[in-house]
Amino acid sequence: MKKIEAIIREEKLESVRRALEDSGYFGMTVSQVSGRGRQKGVPLQWRVGEYRVDFLPKLKIELVVLDEDVPKTLNVITTNARTGEMGDGKIFVLPVENAVRVRTGESGENAI
Amino acid sequence: MSISSGDTAWILIASALVMLMTPGVALFYGGMVRRKNVLSTLMMSFAALGLVGLLWVLYGYSLGFGPDLGGVIGGPSFIGLRGVGQEPSPVYASTVPHLAFMVFQAMFAIITVALITGAVVERIKFSALLVFSALWLTFVYAPVAHWVWGDGGWLAKLGALDFAGGTVVHINAGISALALAMLLGPRKGFRDGEPMEPNNIPMVMLGAGLLWFGWFGFNAGSALTSGGLAASAFAATNISAAAAAFTWMMLSWAYRRPTLLGTATGAVAGLVAITPAAGFVSPLMGIPIGIGAAVVCYYGILLRMRWHIDESLDVWAVHGLGGTWGAVATGIFASTAVNPAGADGVLLGNVLQLGKQLAGVAAVWLFAFAATWVLAKLVDATIGLRVGGVEETVGLDISQHGERAYGGVLR
Repeated sequence: MKKIEAIIREEKLESVRRALEDSGYFGMTVSQVSGRGRQKGVPLQWRVGEYRVDFLPKLKIELVVLDEDVPKTLNVITTNARTGEMGDGKIFVLPVENAVRVRTGESGENAI
Repeated sequence: MSISSGDTAWILIASALVMLMTPGVALFYGGMVRRKNVLSTLMMSFAALGLVGLLWVLYGYSLGFGPDLGGVIGGPSFIGLRGVGQEPSPVYASTVPHLAFMVFQAMFAIITVALITGAVVERIKFSALLVFSALWLTFVYAPVAHWVWGDGGWLAKLGALDFAGGTVVHINAGISALALAMLLGPRKGFRDGEPMEPNNIPMVMLGAGLLWFGWFGFNAGSALTSGGLAASAFAATNISAAAAAFTWMMLSWAYRRPTLLGTATGAVAGLVAITPAAGFVSPLMGIPIGIGAAVVCYYGILLRMRWHIDESLDVWAVHGLGGTWGAVATGIFASTAVNPAGADGVLLGNVLQLGKQLAGVAAVWLFAFAATWVLAKLVDATIGLRVGGVEETVGLDISQHGERAYGGVLR
């Protein structure tokens, strides 16, 4: 099992969610995060003059998939979250030791 | 003189309008600080309603408006509202109950203390602020109110015009704010250019809206009657606010984008500048006064930023400089055709009036700065003005008040 952590643009959530669903992946956790990469910050305005905001709002999608599904999932997310501009985000893949479905107590691959 | 029911009704309503300006200032300032200091910033203003509301009736009113002592301070006759009752005062607002005039003045004292707090948000110790506020009301506000508005006050006798408090309220608060901020020092991270993001600009606009609304009581109420002069001051007030809000919007647009924060600030700058002039100039003069206010205050903030002084919410630039421009503008645009109790200004050939206005401005600039410096030093040396480093990092909401504005894990 692997955990996919994808940091994406806020406006890409719908297309990514839909594409994952079409590929059979329903479960996911989404959170609002702030961060930066090569895109750096943006200038905002005070009463006069401006200040830089270094961390931009992004969304983090987390989902756990079977090892063999990783390439497909990564492909679905990258193609649907991409604009080609800086700030499209990043995806991390982490090993997962175990998973438990709270309702039934099933564990391991059956739980995802 | 006998009581006029029309005048009395208007002054009571105007007092209530001015009261609403203090929560207005609280929201105006509260929206501009970081989210960990929202409540603390709101509290600094709201607490003035409690503290100054009490001190004013105990002795503040007497120091400001009691029988003149040498042109500088009021005598103790009105301590504890002795002799201040339902009958009119023989010298102040003689068609309304003395109590109505007293309570109208109380609201001015309260908001002036609240205005200063914008300079010291996010780092002043709450207890120190309360002590400073009490001292400042006693040793700065009350005397200056007496100089300008007290029967026998020396600036009044000199002929410096201040219709509704450009000098007493705005210059006084603005200059004191600068002195206090310089003594207190900058917020942690200010010198490193850490962004101090406003937590809630909608709150700022709500505050500016309440200020604009309440300002009709402030300025038109200062006519102390409900007739034509009140209407004239009312119209001038709205015109200046409109001109300044519009000008600030265009200025910020010329440089970048038309921001709501800037437009709201512009409105306040226009209201400040028309304050001393409202009942002495014809309403349309609100246009040049408002435009001038936006320009003066806009570049005033830039200047303050260049000096790297953390006068956090620009009380000096908006109220100090806006009030100064208003006092000067009164000397330029005043007309006895609008108010026979006033004077003609430069445009009507009376250059001397400008000199009187400048004398008033200079006196209050010097006195407010020096007196505030001394009082603040005193508080700093005894109980300490500033919160500790950790308290500042955690935020004043939790460290000073034990509560937080946006609590809870669940939405």
